[in-house]
Amino acid sequence: MKQVKTLLAAAAIAVLGSSAYAADTIKIGEINHYKRLAAFAEPYKKGVELALSEINSSGGVLGKDLEFIFRDDQGKPGEAVKIAEELMTRDGAVMLTGTILSNVGLAISSFAAEKGYIYLAAEPLADALVWTSGNPYTFRLRASTWVQAAMLAEEAAKTDAIRYATIAPNYAYGTAAVEAFKVNLKQRKPEVEFVTEQWPALFKIDAGSEVQAIESAKPDAIYNVTFGPDLAKFVREGTTRGVFEGRKVYGLLTGEPEYLEPLKDEAPEGWFVTGYPWYGFTAGPEKKFVDAYIAEFPGETPKIGSLVGYMTAKSIATLITDAGSTETDALLAAFKDLKVDTPMGEITYRALDHQSTMGAYVGTTALEDGKGVMVDWSYKDPAAYMPSDDEVKAMRPAN
Amino acid sequence: MGLFVAQLLTGLANAAALFLVASGLSLIFGVTRIVNFAHGSLYMLGAYVGLTLMNHLPGHFGFWGSIVMAGLIVGLIGVVIEVCVLRPVYRAPELFQLVATFGVILVIQDLALMIWGAEDQLGPRAPGLRSVVRILGEPVPQYDLALIAITPFILFGLWWFIAKTRTGILVRAATQDREMVGALGVNQSWLFTGVFFLGSALAGLGGAIQLPKGGADLLMDLNIISAVFVVVVVGGMGSIPGAFIAAVLISVLNVFGVAYVPQSTLVLMYVVMAVVLMVKPYGLLGREEKAGEHGQVGEVERPIRPAGLVGRSLVVVLLAVLALVPFFASTFMQVLITDIVIFCLFAASLQFILSSGGLVSFGHAVFFGGGAYVSALLVTYSETPMEVAFLLAPLGAGLLALGIGWFCIRLSGVYFAMLTLAFSQLVWSLVFQWGSVTGGDDGLVNIWPSDWLSGTTAYYYFTLALGVGGILVLRHIIHSPFGYTLRATRDSARQAEATGIDVKKVQWLAFALAGAMAGLAGGLFVFSKGSIFPNELEIAKSFDALIVVFLGGVKTLSGGVVGAVFMESVKDWLTRLEYWRLILGLLIIAVVIIAPEGIVGSLRKFGERIGLVKEQESMQ
Amino acid sequence: MNAILEVRDLSKSFGGIKAVNGVSFDVAPGELKALIGPNGAGKSTCFNMLMGQLEPTSGTVRLQGEKITGLPPRKIWRRGVGRTFQITGTYQSMTVAENVQMALISHHRRLFSVLPYAHTLYRDEALALLDVVGMAEQADRACAILAYGDLKRLELAIALSHNPKLLLMDEPTAGMAPKERINLMQLTADIVRDRGISVLFTEHDMDVVFAHAHHIMVLNRGELIAEGTAAEVRENARVQEVYLGGGTLYAAETEDA
Repeated sequence: MKQVKTLLAAAAIAVLGSSAYAADTIKIGEINHYKRLAAFAEPYKKGVELALSEINSSGGVLGKDLEFIFRDDQGKPGEAVKIAEELMTRDGAVMLTGTILSNVGLAISSFAAEKGYIYLAAEPLADALVWTSGNPYTFRLRASTWVQAAMLAEEAAKTDAIRYATIAPNYAYGTAAVEAFKVNLKQRKPEVEFVTEQWPALFKIDAGSEVQAIESAKPDAIYNVTFGPDLAKFVREGTTRGVFEGRKVYGLLTGEPEYLEPLKDEAPEGWFVTGYPWYGFTAGPEKKFVDAYIAEFPGETPKIGSLVGYMTAKSIATLITDAGSTETDALLAAFKDLKVDTPMGEITYRALDHQSTMGAYVGTTALEDGKGVMVDWSYKDPAAYMPSDDEVKAMRPAN
Repeated sequence: MGLFVAQLLTGLANAAALFLVASGLSLIFGVTRIVNFAHGSLYMLGAYVGLTLMNHLPGHFGFWGSIVMAGLIVGLIGVVIEVCVLRPVYRAPELFQLVATFGVILVIQDLALMIWGAEDQLGPRAPGLRSVVRILGEPVPQYDLALIAITPFILFGLWWFIAKTRTGILVRAATQDREMVGALGVNQSWLFTGVFFLGSALAGLGGAIQLPKGGADLLMDLNIISAVFVVVVVGGMGSIPGAFIAAVLISVLNVFGVAYVPQSTLVLMYVVMAVVLMVKPYGLLGREEKAGEHGQVGEVERPIRPAGLVGRSLVVVLLAVLALVPFFASTFMQVLITDIVIFCLFAASLQFILSSGGLVSFGHAVFFGGGAYVSALLVTYSETPMEVAFLLAPLGAGLLALGIGWFCIRLSGVYFAMLTLAFSQLVWSLVFQWGSVTGGDDGLVNIWPSDWLSGTTAYYYFTLALGVGGILVLRHIIHSPFGYTLRATRDSARQAEATGIDVKKVQWLAFALAGAMAGLAGGLFVFSKGSIFPNELEIAKSFDALIVVFLGGVKTLSGGVVGAVFMESVKDWLTRLEYWRLILGLLIIAVVIIAPEGIVGSLRKFGERIGLVKEQESMQ
Repeated sequence: MNAILEVRDLSKSFGGIKAVNGVSFDVAPGELKALIGPNGAGKSTCFNMLMGQLEPTSGTVRLQGEKITGLPPRKIWRRGVGRTFQITGTYQSMTVAENVQMALISHHRRLFSVLPYAHTLYRDEALALLDVVGMAEQADRACAILAYGDLKRLELAIALSHNPKLLLMDEPTAGMAPKERINLMQLTADIVRDRGISVLFTEHDMDVVFAHAHHIMVLNRGELIAEGTAAEVRENARVQEVYLGGGTLYAAETEDA
């Protein structure tokens, strides 16, 4: 009895609410883990906002303002899919973007393909998005895990280390990152062996035990994929127990300010990492972006998420301008080999696998003024590290 | 040998914080019978408060002083929670307390975000204890040794307090017989407040003392709470020595697990818990308890009747409106209603076992997620046609419920709740860590329905038919002899047993039926989303269902459905707000205290007062 | 004459303390038999063993010659033994009639049926039973709002629902006003006489016992010390010693007041 009335009321509210959007802006549906991973999602959002203010102050796209609708999915893939549907069917978004966690990205990607919506995966790192689970509607901006791992493997192959230990969070990104490093390193140096693989659950690391397990395997070098609070705990226990002494450590993403800054004066020294050395830029578009960001958000410094957010918005603006329309078919056509000007230079969304050619900065960690930084860094273009086109084609499901 | 000792010491050091938090929880439960799910939040606050203090107070004194002060401050926060939130619900069934403390979790999460920001913070290291000691050649951090040394002192201190002081004796008496303490002329509410202070302070200490090994982040509340529950339940609820033994057991086991079975550390913990509870249902040092410790809130549930003509007409009208939705509303509207119907079925299945059966299951999501995973695994690995895979979702979940129910039904009250939680966590950890089969955190994707159902509208009708059908079936069963039998076992198991009813068998079958219906909801869910992830069988999902049943009204038939509709509708716009957790948390707490009858119960009362609904004879 | 209930050497120890020690007795068809004794004499323990709530340490209980020792309560009920409790155990969330219907559903083995509406099943039978105990006009009231005496009547109706051969009543009048006690016991006596049911009951109220019981057994410290008619038991020296000498008779009488 009562549920009847309540249901009717709920239905009425939802129906009335659904018609209330105006069409004077071009809307992009943005889904992220603003609460669950606030430390990573907030800089990303600021990057998007910076790009939007630049785009819209210079006339917007197709004569309209570009607008991002930011939605929080609580880090739950099911929730993200529901929000995606809502953004597309109720809020009038023309395409979807966002997410950091790979599993959420994969869920939206599968959903987008089923429903025929375009999804630009901004930050998720699992390569399955564009390769083994790739689909015609999903594109990815951020440099692939494979490529970043290959950059580290290339450096590792130059040393005489034979016995490797790996530690990675036990989920899509972690397993992909370890696999990529192993394959790339074995290719370059077949005699290496992996003596232990540690798989702490994401954000549930038991650092003392992990360090001890690595120590007991007596490796020559360590490959680290942990990040966030897991990384902080791992570094501290590892440093205290001396597990990094006399060992080369390769850290995927470890050089990104999101992860390096919270470590303060305990940041590890001498690790070879991928990251984002914004403090080292002196000129060019890289520097311009950093300055603009600091000017827009006083007291803040850019993170890699800021850069990705900025590039995401820029990519979408370029895409819509090139397509000359917000229709899905036109956007899909324009996305093929789309070229976008970014602070990292021009990137291309490859028609082959929908992966952008965003590269990565590699360098060595050091302590400066009680803060962890990357030194001796360089920007590497991903082209040299990608699997061959045939390999990529073989991985992508036929459609 | 050296390595073995070093691993053992690491385990012991890890046990310190776990023991502090768990002993606080155990103490609070022992005396007040409150299962404080917000205990992890107090631990998180301890970490943040300790960190803030350490940043201002230098040196040895500053460091250790900060830890002690963090404990005291969190203890006071605990007092505030106790006085404002829990006092009104002491005599209520465990569900009320669970929901209230869950509200507290949400509030603290957003407050911490407001005060300390989103950034993860690394704890400072203990002054003078930064290096390692070599034991049998293996490096052992000095701070680990300090923790190992401190823990027995705290255990001893607690023992001394409880065994030797007058307050302690009262606490112990209250643990054994709460009525008696009242009879002794002790102000029970101040005793409870005092215990809450102590328990919260221990959680705060635990949060502060782990800072040099970790730090403070916004995820640590929920990350620790399941481990703490494992410890408390394995050790025996209310037993502090039990908490100590279990904390050491779990921590040491974990260290060796990390070394030798690195991909199944979580499974290991829950397997230990399940095994212990199967052998010793009340934990290692727990004391057997009879059901019925918790009182009733408000009126006894009223006699029920199937809906009359008006009610049925309304349902038919509603169904007609829902059937017409695709003709006038947006696609999104259909998606939203699909989601709501699925959640309603899930909530209704929980309400069936919880309200009619009186069995408070804390792990009901395992059947929802279990059903979904059955379908998803079949589709992924054996290319089963969607129709078959879908049918096997309720069957699989029902079988799972038969299996889990076989163990859990032997217990009652809060122990039943804890055991269901343990088993659901066991299944969750299996799904979560057995990545090669279940995809782990990455879930299983591309689980889409057959072509004839692939459109949003087609699936909408499919969900409507099966979801509403399932709810109506459950509702009918409640009015059938089996439903009455189930309610009889709840009202008086003794009388039921003495009039030919096999109480445990009835409860077991009802549990399986509820599981199968949850599995049906899970099957609908997985094909509507096209993917399934471990969080669909997490604690949080079980809590969601408990909360909506509670919001709707425990002692009503339609509470689950109404609560689910309300919650899903409210969440839809609430989550767009910046601090929606805070609002939701406060709302939940308010409902617990002000309107414990829930939406349906309160509406009914209101209706009676203004004369809309025929008034029931007064209970006085 | 074959006894309905034969109890032989029934004993129960709790951790070395013998709560019931070698108790033997018979209940004859149609007999109204009382089991009395001071507090802690073992009456409830004895009852719980008869009904299957407790497993005896040793001894046997036979119902019409069939051994029922160790059977769970529900199986003993199915063999035709009804029971009322000292503290009533009715279904609070059901109406008065539904409480009786529930027992009838169980009797007719329809517990696991999911098709019909339960509140329509066996309603006439239930109303007839309620009429017997004088509760027919309250049939549709919620059980939760009944007066205590009415609950006791309801329990009696429930206990009669499967036409028991034997009725075990634990303190049937406990907690009632003296006048109500007599009424309820008179009602019980009439019903069992009309239906030919045997009754074994425990009771504190000696007026009730002496007024209605055909036979009385006296239990003290777990042992039967006397058995006979009211007059015989009254005259028994050991009973006088236990009750009058110890003064516990009066204590027992006032306990529930």
